[in-house]
Amino acid sequence: MERSLEETQNADDATDDATVDIAAMAAADFAAKDLAHLRDLEAESIHIFREVAAEFEKPVLLCSGGKDSVVMVHLAAKAFWPCKLPFPIMHVDTGHNFPEVMEFRDNLIESLGARLVVASVEESIKQGRVADDTGPKASRNRLQTTTLLDAIEEHGFDSVFGGGRRDEEKARAKERVFSFRDEFGQWDPKNQRPELWNLYNGRHREGEHIRVFPISNWTELDIWQYVAQEGIALPSIYYAHRRQVFERDGMLLAVTPFVTLLEGEEPFEASVRYRTVGDATCTGAVESEADTVEKVVMEVAASRITERGATRADDRFSEAAMEDRKKQGYF
Amino acid sequence: MTSELLRIATAGSVDDGKSTLIGRLLYDTKSILADQLDAVEAASERMGIDYVNLALLTDGLRAEREQGITIDVAHRYFATHRRKIIIADTPGHIQYTRNMVTGASTANLALVLVDVRHGVVEQSRRHAFIASLLGIPHLVLCVNKMDLADYSQAAFEEVRQDFREFAQKLDVPDLCIIPVSALHGDNVVGRSQNMPWYEGPSLLHHLNEVHISSDKNLIDARFAVQYVLRPHSDEYHDYRGYAGTVESGGFRPGEEVMVLPSGFESRISSIDTADGPVPEAVAGEAVSLRLEDDLDISRGDMICRAGNRPTVSQDVDAMICWMSEQSELRPRHKYAVKHTSRWARALVGDIRYRLDINTLSRDEDAESLSLNEIGRVKLRTTAPLFFDPYQRNRATGSFILVDETTNATVAGGMILREAA
Repeated sequence: MERSLEETQNADDATDDATVDIAAMAAADFAAKDLAHLRDLEAESIHIFREVAAEFEKPVLLCSGGKDSVVMVHLAAKAFWPCKLPFPIMHVDTGHNFPEVMEFRDNLIESLGARLVVASVEESIKQGRVADDTGPKASRNRLQTTTLLDAIEEHGFDSVFGGGRRDEEKARAKERVFSFRDEFGQWDPKNQRPELWNLYNGRHREGEHIRVFPISNWTELDIWQYVAQEGIALPSIYYAHRRQVFERDGMLLAVTPFVTLLEGEEPFEASVRYRTVGDATCTGAVESEADTVEKVVMEVAASRITERGATRADDRFSEAAMEDRKKQGYF
Repeated sequence: MTSELLRIATAGSVDDGKSTLIGRLLYDTKSILADQLDAVEAASERMGIDYVNLALLTDGLRAEREQGITIDVAHRYFATHRRKIIIADTPGHIQYTRNMVTGASTANLALVLVDVRHGVVEQSRRHAFIASLLGIPHLVLCVNKMDLADYSQAAFEEVRQDFREFAQKLDVPDLCIIPVSALHGDNVVGRSQNMPWYEGPSLLHHLNEVHISSDKNLIDARFAVQYVLRPHSDEYHDYRGYAGTVESGGFRPGEEVMVLPSGFESRISSIDTADGPVPEAVAGEAVSLRLEDDLDISRGDMICRAGNRPTVSQDVDAMICWMSEQSELRPRHKYAVKHTSRWARALVGDIRYRLDINTLSRDEDAESLSLNEIGRVKLRTTAPLFFDPYQRNRATGSFILVDETTNATVAGGMILREAA
């Protein structure tokens, strides 16, 4: 029988020096620059990229321009140096983008000499594949699934790299690195292939595909430490900047042409940054003064709220929001 | 200061206090965040339970929450001032051996819990056995609920003796036994005041200090070619790099190497990474090797040293853990086998015995292996594998079997030796 956590915590306040000040730790780590655990994580990710390139006919790398996908692109480039990426990059575009992120995406693609495939939610709506979400809290986040699956089918992609991390969300925490999708793009969490050692099984029939998550074992802090260590450029909105925002459901949303203010929602200017970058209608900013990568590492290390909890309205529908979307074929 | 990666596999059932123990480790290293805790509290309340059930932190699937069980490996992450730690947390029920094996396959350290009042039960023996079968070098036994045994040294000693006796039958290079109370935090993060007779480390101290840098095989140089890098660009016109992860041992530029299966010899001209050439590559590092001679080398080939080669054979004698509910392993069945970066087909020969993992007794009359059963089996492969015994080399001693009709992964295998 377990008792309340509070009781558990109060039972022993006298902890010794093993108790850790995470912020101090991050600062010390940052000073060390070359972190052994990042080398291990990097090697694991590179191994996965190469395995897919060797065993699949048509891989594609999903990239939203968010920090995780930018790190993914960086890792892929390292895996195949001095060759170019042996697969294209695909952006599932909701049309509700931050302009800074779009500009960043285009520069990144150009600098790599990579091929970009854009799968447009706007097009899916025009073609009647999905109906646009309406109302003041409208979001195209859930519509992306149809657009994504249509694009996978149209291009015949047999493996799709995603930047999902297991520390992000509890349905993701249960997902394999090589995650099988049936002909409908569905994930069946109760019937996943066992995954042993680094022996990945990508076998599938025509019409089925595999989602591959090379940064499964990275945490938000690992990502930021790696961004700092490697000097990876990110879209400017990840760093503190002044912006017009308003509060909704306990989150700060940007004032953009895609959102309609409800009664009582007053825009104001604040110093904010984004911890995640998704559809502009459902991604919240956090108040922050962290305008350099060093400051962000410190802030992330000291944060008491997960990035999705802080900034993603899409995960707030229900306890199993992510699981339900993933079963339908979401990222 | 370095910050190493430590992979832990843990297993246990709902009532041995494992969730409380992990919860305490996560909480005391500030790895449970406020919104996660709020969500767990709310979910506990909805389920009508009056304590905060930390299992809900990672029992993330709808079916798991509905049934109050863990059905799959959950990965939890936390960091200390020395290490990043990945816990592969697996359910302990007998039917989930499959998940335990999955979680244990990459672990450096296995954490097994027993309730001091119940002593070493069947399930703890099973966990310890799987840890040793999967070659996990470090085993920690937490003797939990010491508070309910008056923090008695005698009670702890009895469990300790009992477990040590059992562990002697297993291959456990490093065993650490710690008396804890997960609930009260005794010997979890800090040393307990309640057990002055215990002179060993707390659990967290042990996790920080346990020596893992020599867990990898650093002797036998093995490099399975994963992908051939040929840029065909103006700048790198004749470049040909063999990309892969060093399976074990190490390589340096200038060294003579041999390529299998051809047996051709050459010399390493350069070890490359995107950050530039490196003077050495050791086990676990993802690099690309260039050789002085133009040889015909492709994915699935193995680079090693002429004086230290893996066994090259189409006949292997292996321990197999069967993981499929839909089918069973029987002699004459054929499967796809993946070993390092090589695929082949395998034909099942004799089943030497099936192991009862609770008693370690062998059933030599067994004719099949079904879900969660472990046995010793002979396989004949269509192409030679380049392998070492699993107990010496986890990277070149492991393989998976895949059903050629369903494409499902149906077994994990650990090579004992070349079959006679």
